This record gives sequence, structure tokens and C-alpha cells, in this order.
Amino acid sequence: MKWLSSNWDLVWQLVFAHVALSVPPIVIGFVIAIPLGWVANRYRVSRGIILLVLGLLYTIPSIPLFIFMPLFLGTPLLSPVNVTVALTIYAVALMVRSAADGLRSVDPDILQAASAMGYSGWQRFWRVELPLAGPVLLAGLRVVSASTVSLATIGSVVGVSSLGYLFINGFQRNIPGEVITGIVATLVIAVVFDLLLVLVGRLLLPWSRRDSRVRARDVARSRTAVLTGAG
Amino acid sequence: MIEFRSVTKQFPDGTVAVEGFDLVIPPRKTTVLVGSSGCGKTTLLRMINRMIDPTSGSILIDGEDTASLAPVKLRRRIGYVMQNSGLLPHRKVIDNVATVPVLNGVPKKKARAHALELLDTVGLDRSLAGKYPRQLSGGQQQRVGVARGLAADPNILLMDEPFGAVDPIVRAELQQETIRLQAGLGKTVVFVTHDIDEAFLLGHQVVILQKGGHIAQVGTPAEILARPADDFVASFVGADKGKRKLRIERVDGTDVVVDENGTPTGVLQP
Repeated sequence: MKWLSSNWDLVWQLVFAHVALSVPPIVIGFVIAIPLGWVANRYRVSRGIILLVLGLLYTIPSIPLFIFMPLFLGTPLLSPVNVTVALTIYAVALMVRSAADGLRSVDPDILQAASAMGYSGWQRFWRVELPLAGPVLLAGLRVVSASTVSLATIGSVVGVSSLGYLFINGFQRNIPGEVITGIVATLVIAVVFDLLLVLVGRLLLPWSRRDSRVRARDVARSRTAVLTGAG
Repeated sequence: MIEFRSVTKQFPDGTVAVEGFDLVIPPRKTTVLVGSSGCGKTTLLRMINRMIDPTSGSILIDGEDTASLAPVKLRRRIGYVMQNSGLLPHRKVIDNVATVPVLNGVPKKKARAHALELLDTVGLDRSLAGKYPRQLSGGQQQRVGVARGLAADPNILLMDEPFGAVDPIVRAELQQETIRLQAGLGKTVVFVTHDIDEAFLLGHQVVILQKGGHIAQVGTPAEILARPADDFVASFVGADKGKRKLRIERVDGTDVVVDENGTPTGVLQP
């Protein structure tokens, strides 16, 4: 606690750096994963290939990936872009499977009905398929968010500012308070992100909320309505 | 008027669902396509709004070949009601009903106001407008499906076994409602079912189909009952099982109608 109170500014600074490092990969990863997931879901061959390649990508250890990034990107060795891109790769690798599963979870009868109503292919994707895949996409995004926030700490190993600095520095200098602060702060960020995602889900996907009590009541009421001829 | 002219549909896997099908569907009447599963009745229905395109032959709506029309536009002017309602689970009842008008560019507010009126038309309480489909009973969902099919005021309403999944009581109610709506609105209804009783109840014209979309008989229910074209038709409508051969027995001064097995089915009104 003593360490924290005397290093408050540093911790805040690192929290902001950590958030700034984590958000772009989550957002960009999500955006890239949707079309890839669509392609994966569309054809059986592409599903196999895409999921295999991304599965392999996810198995690459993070430190080598961070270090090799400048070779691919031509960026300076200490540029945060290296970490951002690497984290985005992990995010995509995780998210594409959720995207493919989410799109696959949409009832084909509903898609057929949407086409029969006169949705064009494009409209059907944006207004029916994607929203209906929402709950599975959200579940996947929550995993991606937690994974990215945790992986971002490793950026400190290659000199990119994040809460990981507190682990490394605290471990080297043997300051347990610093290490614990790093861990707790990372956890707090992960939990806050998760809560935000759940909140966004509540707002965007109000139809998917399972409230069995309300449902049971509505069913009971509608039965009565039918029996009394009002329904 | 809808016209099928020697329509054949072969699916990519080689199945011939429909072969050389000819039929004229009169306007402002209900035509029922009835047959067992695999007779091609749903394929025929879906070819009308180009959900499926025929391999050969043509389908004309009021003399216009549908092949020359853009599928998406065509579908927006033909109502479609399917089994299990096919409602969009993420849209409230009112927005489900307003779907097609909104796709057609009608302002949302206007489309919703009209959707409320349609809930009245199909006998649903307006208080359901703000609910999601899963909060409704099967019968209510089916009514919403019908309201949605009517929303763009189409001349043609296609109904693909719409009442197959609801219980018999609700089903009977929905059938009566369909008869009332059709008579009131004067739509051309094309209805698909495997239930001959439903076909006779709803159809001005009944088309009995055999495998491959071959027509076993076309006619009014009375014509088909009076003169089944062949043994298949007789068996399909149940004439051979005796349930269509009724006679009158006098019981305590009342004329009771019984079938061939002696099972009473009704009372003759004087």
C-alpha cells in the first residue's frame, strides 16, 4: 500500500497506457474477424482452412511475435505499433471462431423468411444475420477483451509501456507492493471492460435477454387470452 | 392470376421436384396445393416469388413473366407466411409487421401506425405490439406472421403450411380467420398443406399433387369429392376409407349423419 501511495502518478499513467494499448486490438480484431468469420461460415473448405491457420497463429508465443513484428512491418523496434498489431492478430485468431459460430447459430428458417420478405443479401446480413449472431459475438468479444488486456502486459518486456512494467520492475527490485498493484490494476481493467461489454450487449441486444419468469408469465397470460377469445 | 407453364425444377443434387407443371391460379380466390411430403408443393410455392427459380418453363403473374422481374422487388409485393411464423426474433411485433413497408421506403412512423391497424385485422391485441416474438404463443406468432404478410397490401399471399405447428384448437381458429380475411380483402391466396381437410376447408380450388409435382386432380372440393379422378385421389381424400361416404340414420326423430363405419359425424338440419 505504501508503494502505491507514493507512486500513484506512475500507476495512473500506466493504466492509461495499458487501456490505450488494449482497445485498438479489441476493436480492430472484431472488425476484421466478422468478414473472415463470414467466409469461414460460408464454405466448409474455407472454414477448415481459416480456423486452422488462425488456430496456429494463436499458438505463436507472444514475445517472439512482438520481437519479429518490426521485421514484417518495418517499424522501429520499440514502437507500440508492434504490440498493437501482434495483439490484433491474437484477437482475430480468437474472434473468428466466435464470428463463424455466431453466424452459424442463426436459424436458417429465419434467414429464408427474411429473403422471402424481400431483404436483399446485403440488407439481410446487416439487419438480420449480424444482429442475430450478436449474443455469440458478444461472448467471443468478452474472451478477446480479457485475453488482450492480459497479453498487453507482455508489451513491457519489449519496452512498450503497459501495466506489465510494474510486474517486471517490482520483480527485479523485489517490491511485492508494485507487483501486486500491477496484477490488481490489470484485473480491474479487464473487469471494467467486461462490464462495459455486457452493458453494450444489454443496450444493443435487448431481445436476447433470458428472463424466464417474464416469459412464463407472458405465456400463461397469452394462453388465458386465447381461451377467453381475446388473443 | 398466376400461371405455371410447363414448369420443371431439378435441384443441383439431381432430384426432380417438379416436372412439366401447368396450372392457372385464379385471382381473388384461395388455391390450395395439397400432397404428401416430397410432392413438390413447397417448391411450387417458392417459385412464385422466385425464392427458387425453375429449371425450365415459366411462371406468369398477371401475364408478366416473373423471370423478367427482379427477385427482391417481386418478393416485396407478394405476401409470404411460413410455418413457425419465421418472425425476426430481434424485432418487436410491430416492427416485424412493418418489415416490408419499411424495406419499401415507407417512413417508419407511418409503417408502424399501419402495423397497429393490421394487428386489429388479424385479431391481435395492440398491447402485444411492443413484445418480442418469443414472448408470444405459437398461435399469436402465426397471426403476426399473417399481419406481416399483409403489410405491404400485396395482391398475392403465399402461405406455406402456416398452421402446421399450432395445436388443433388454435389451428381451427386460424383457419376460420384466414377464410374471413381472404373473403374480406379479396387476396389471391396460394396455400400449401398436407392436410386434405384443411385444403377442402380453405380452398376454392384444390390441387392434389403426387410425387414430382404431378397433378392428380384439380377442382373445387365438391368436384373432387363427387368424382375422384383415380384411386390415388380417392385414397388421399379418404373416400376409400369410408369417412367421406355419409348416410342418414333416423334417431329419435332426428336425422343423424353417419359415415360408412356407422360413426356419427353430425346432425342434419331440417
